[in-house]
Parts: sequence; structure tokens; C-alpha cells
Amino acid sequence: MESAINEPLKQSTSQANKQLNRSREKWSRTWPLHLMLLPAAIATFIFAYVPMSGLIMAFQDFKPYDGMLGSKFIGMEHFRFMFEYPDSKQVIWNTLIISGLKIVFGLIVPFVFAILLNEVRKMLFKRVVQTLVYLPHFISWVILGAILTDMLGSEGVVNQVLNGLGIGAIPWLMEGDWFRFTVVVSDIWQNFGFNTIVFLAALSGVNPSLYEAAEVDGATRWKQTIHITMPAMIPIAVVVGTLSLGNILNGGFDQIFNLYNSLVYDKGDIIDTFVYRTAILNGQYSFGTAVGLFKSLIGLILIVFSYRLAFKYAGYRIF
Amino acid sequence: MYHKSAGYRTFSVFNYLLLTLICVSCILPLIHILAVSFSASSPANANLVGLWPIGFNWDAYAKTLNNDNFHNAMLVGVERTLLGTAVGMALMILAGYALSKDNGMFRSRSVYTWYFLFTMLFSGGIVPAYMLIRNLDLMNTIWALVLPGAVNVFNMVLLMNFFRAVPKELEEASLIDGAGQFRTLWSIYLPISMPALATISLFTMVTHWNSWFDGLLYITDYRKYPLSTFLQTIIVQQDFNKINPDINELKNISQRTVKSAQIFIGTLPILIVYPFLQRFFVKGIILGAVKE
Repeated sequence: MESAINEPLKQSTSQANKQLNRSREKWSRTWPLHLMLLPAAIATFIFAYVPMSGLIMAFQDFKPYDGMLGSKFIGMEHFRFMFEYPDSKQVIWNTLIISGLKIVFGLIVPFVFAILLNEVRKMLFKRVVQTLVYLPHFISWVILGAILTDMLGSEGVVNQVLNGLGIGAIPWLMEGDWFRFTVVVSDIWQNFGFNTIVFLAALSGVNPSLYEAAEVDGATRWKQTIHITMPAMIPIAVVVGTLSLGNILNGGFDQIFNLYNSLVYDKGDIIDTFVYRTAILNGQYSFGTAVGLFKSLIGLILIVFSYRLAFKYAGYRIF
Repeated sequence: MYHKSAGYRTFSVFNYLLLTLICVSCILPLIHILAVSFSASSPANANLVGLWPIGFNWDAYAKTLNNDNFHNAMLVGVERTLLGTAVGMALMILAGYALSKDNGMFRSRSVYTWYFLFTMLFSGGIVPAYMLIRNLDLMNTIWALVLPGAVNVFNMVLLMNFFRAVPKELEEASLIDGAGQFRTLWSIYLPISMPALATISLFTMVTHWNSWFDGLLYITDYRKYPLSTFLQTIIVQQDFNKINPDINELKNISQRTVKSAQIFIGTLPILIVYPFLQRFFVKGIILGAVKE
């Protein structure tokens, strides 16, 4: 379209002058917009792009005293170390397991919950349910971590109830496999309500006459759920699922950091917590940067890949 | 007429029951904490308190609110929330407005969009960010908590979408009447986007109030900790070394009732804004997202 307009303009000089005028006119019209973008652009440059240059540290033997310019380059040494060092291999593996489980169940639970909520006819009840289940999403993991460590401790309320029932105390946060279980369940608990919103939005777009027609044809409610309710949610479920692929190396730093302890490092430590401990607490800046860079790169590749997939699928579905 | 079949009725009863249970599970932890905070300290320490206080009293709250360190942290928390929201909203409104213009009228728009979006896809990670704050000499200042997260690209895109939904004719009329872009933003777009601005402001405020990790990373002087970081250190890590409390204070803050009171006070601002937030995000964000 644009080239079709531009092509004839190039043919005569008078028209070319007109175009020059127009572009000057354009600048006079757009400079306020550039000015408006300037503060955000500068802030982003300083706090997002400048740190990217710090990634050079991943290829150096960085010493704070020598600075980034004076430190010695050692190539891919840190990356090689990362794949040979048992701790870092374990950490990558932990991250994959924990976030994989979170992604799968974080999709299934809101899906089922939306179906159940869709069957509620009393609007007031529905609204109260929605209000309450969205709430944990907005509470920080400092608060939730403090509450959970208190409630799930060896003498906490939950274990007292379990003892009373004769089941016996469970080491929710003290033993590796239970820790993973607790982390996944509490993450789902925090976010399932909020993640239901997109499914409910999809359901609100379903034409009620579909249900009426199915009713007339003698379909039971279960059949209606399988053939009307679920298909209405599946496209968005696929999109959400695909997009969450980009999160596979985020195990949930805030959550794990506020729940874990040295007893469960072997199975509960994830890349982000590991980077914080090695780099910031132990001062191994270069190694920490290298692990962080590895994570960011894989994340970038996965996000680009999954967006393409989602776009293709969503586009294919909608149009 | 499926509602009337016996099978569906049984399902319905179970469904209401299950949903009620799930809802209860979402607020139970908070109620438990609230009950502990209002209890006498001996039943609380013995873990006898369930969902109702035993030996009701306000002691824990009095101790918490008389604690200077807690006071300080609360003030820093409020300060960073207000300052951070103000700075962030100013940057995001200006940028979001400019980005809401057509590609045809504002050619560089897509360059800017990619410039911002890329930061969502890739980042330097915490080590370079930490080095940057150190090199800029922002350690132990409120700006270390305000500036790095000021431009939240996701919120900026939401704002952009809200501005886009404003009818074009309004902008054209305003420009024809001789108003510049700044005037148009200020006098036309801002007043009619109030619900959107309120939504994003509330989101930003909640994010700031809940942020704790930047405090841990960039602030080494505990007297400058915001409340979330303070609670993280005292209650989650149980690290009292930094704060060096005297014996009396230590006895106070390690009590379960006092801990619970601190946790509850830390959550209170969220609980207060939550009803507004909820009304907005269901109507605003979702409708906005679906419409686009």
C-alpha cells in the first residue's frame, strides 16, 4: 500500500519536494511523541540494556577489584563447569521438574474449575467464589511463605490435625520429594483462581442457544459439557499452555526462596535461587552470571518458539 | 431440562460443596494468622489456636506498632509504594500514549515497541543488575527500589490498549482546535481513561508493596528496609543479626502472636485495595484483552 503511494511521488521533483515537506511536517507533528517516550526509553536503557552488557562477566574471571574492563577473559570455562559440576546439573533438573509440574497442573486445575463454576446458576454465589479464589494471587510470597512455614512445620496446625487423625506428621518442607509436592500444590493454590479468568472469558462468549439446541436434541448436561463447554475453552488452553513453555526454567524464585531450607537443597533448589546464593552471597559473580545467561538464552528461544506456535495455532483456529 | 434430573441435582449439591470448600481453603490461612495474632501468647506458642482466638487481646498489635524497627520499615514501604507508583505511572502513561498512535502517523512506533518488548524476552539477570546499582551508587537509596522496575512493559502495553480504545475523533477534534499532543493527553485522554489508570495504579501499588527481593539485594542497612523485606528477614529467614535487637525486643518479635500480627499488618493494605482491584481487573483487563 505504502509503496504504491510512494512510487508515483518519486517520478516528479515537485512531488518529491512535497514529500520532503510532508516528512518535515511529520517531524513537527511527532516530536512531542518522541519526547513523551524519552523518559521511559532512558530508564529502560539504563536498567534493562546496560545490565545486558554486564553479561560479558560470564566469559571472564571477574574480580570486583579489576572491574569489567580489567578482568581476564576465560572463554566458555564457566559454561563447561556448569555442565560438569553435579550441583548445577541437579539444579537445572530440579527446575525442569518443578516448573513442568506447575505448568501441567496449573493448566488442568483452572480448566476443571472453570467448568465447575460454569455449572453454578446462583450469580451471587459465583461472584463470591470468584472474589475469594482470586485473592491469594495478590498476596506476596513473603506473607504466604511465613504462613505456610508456620502451618506446615513439624508442630504446625496441619500436622497436628494429621496426628489427630492417626495419619502421622508429614515433613512438608523438610524432605525433598514432599517439598516439591508442597511447592507445586501451593503454587497451584495461589494462582488457579486468577488463571481461571481467561477460561471464564472464553465461556462468556459461548452462545446460549447452543445449549438450548443440545437440550432439545436430548443431550445430557455431561454431553453438553463435553461437546460445547470444553471445546469453547480448548483453544485458549492451548495458547496458555504453549506460552507457558517460555517459563520452563523459572521455577518460581519468590516462592522457593521463601519456603526452602538447607535440608531440601538437593531437590528443591532451582536455577534462580542457586544463582543468588553462588553469585550474591558467595561472591562467584562470573559463574552466577553464566548460569543466569544460560537460563535467559534458553528462555528467549523458548518464548520466541512458543509465541510462533501459539500464533500459528490461534490464527489457524480463529480465522 | 437437565436441572431437574436426579443425577444433575446430586452433582449440583456436590459442586456447591466442593466450591465452598475450595473458597474456604483460600482464606483459611489468613483467618488462622488473624486468630493467632489476637490470642494470648501461651496458647499461641503451644499451637492450640485454630480459627478463633484463645484469650482475646490486642497485645501483639500494641507490641508491633510500638516497635521502632517495624515502624521504620512500614514508612519505607509506604514511601517506595507511593514514589514508585507516581514515577512509574508518569513514565508509563507518557510512553503508552505515544505508542497508542497509528503506525501511519507515527512511523517510529514499531521501533520503540520492539525496544521495550525485547526487555520482556531477555534480561541480564540479577548479577549485572546488582553490579549496575552498585556502580551507580544507588545502593541503600530509595531510588534503587523505585527506578529499576519503573517501566513495566506489560502494564505499559495495557495502558496503550486502553488509550487505543479512545475514539479517534476526540483526538482529531482536539488537534484541530489547536491543542498539542501533551495538552490532548492531559485534557482529553487522561480524564476519560480514569478507570484504566486506577486499575494500573493499583496493580503497580500492589507490586511495590509486595516487592521484597530488591530490598534484600540493594539495601544493606536494615533501617532502610521496606516492610516486605523486613518481614522476609525477621520472619521467613529468622535472621536477627542485621537488626541486633536487645533481649526484650528479641523476646517480643520471636513470639508467634507478634509474628502473626506483623504478617497481618503486612497484608492489610492488599486486603483493603483488593475489592477495588477485583472490580477493575475483571471488567477492565479482561474486556480490554478480549476486545483487542
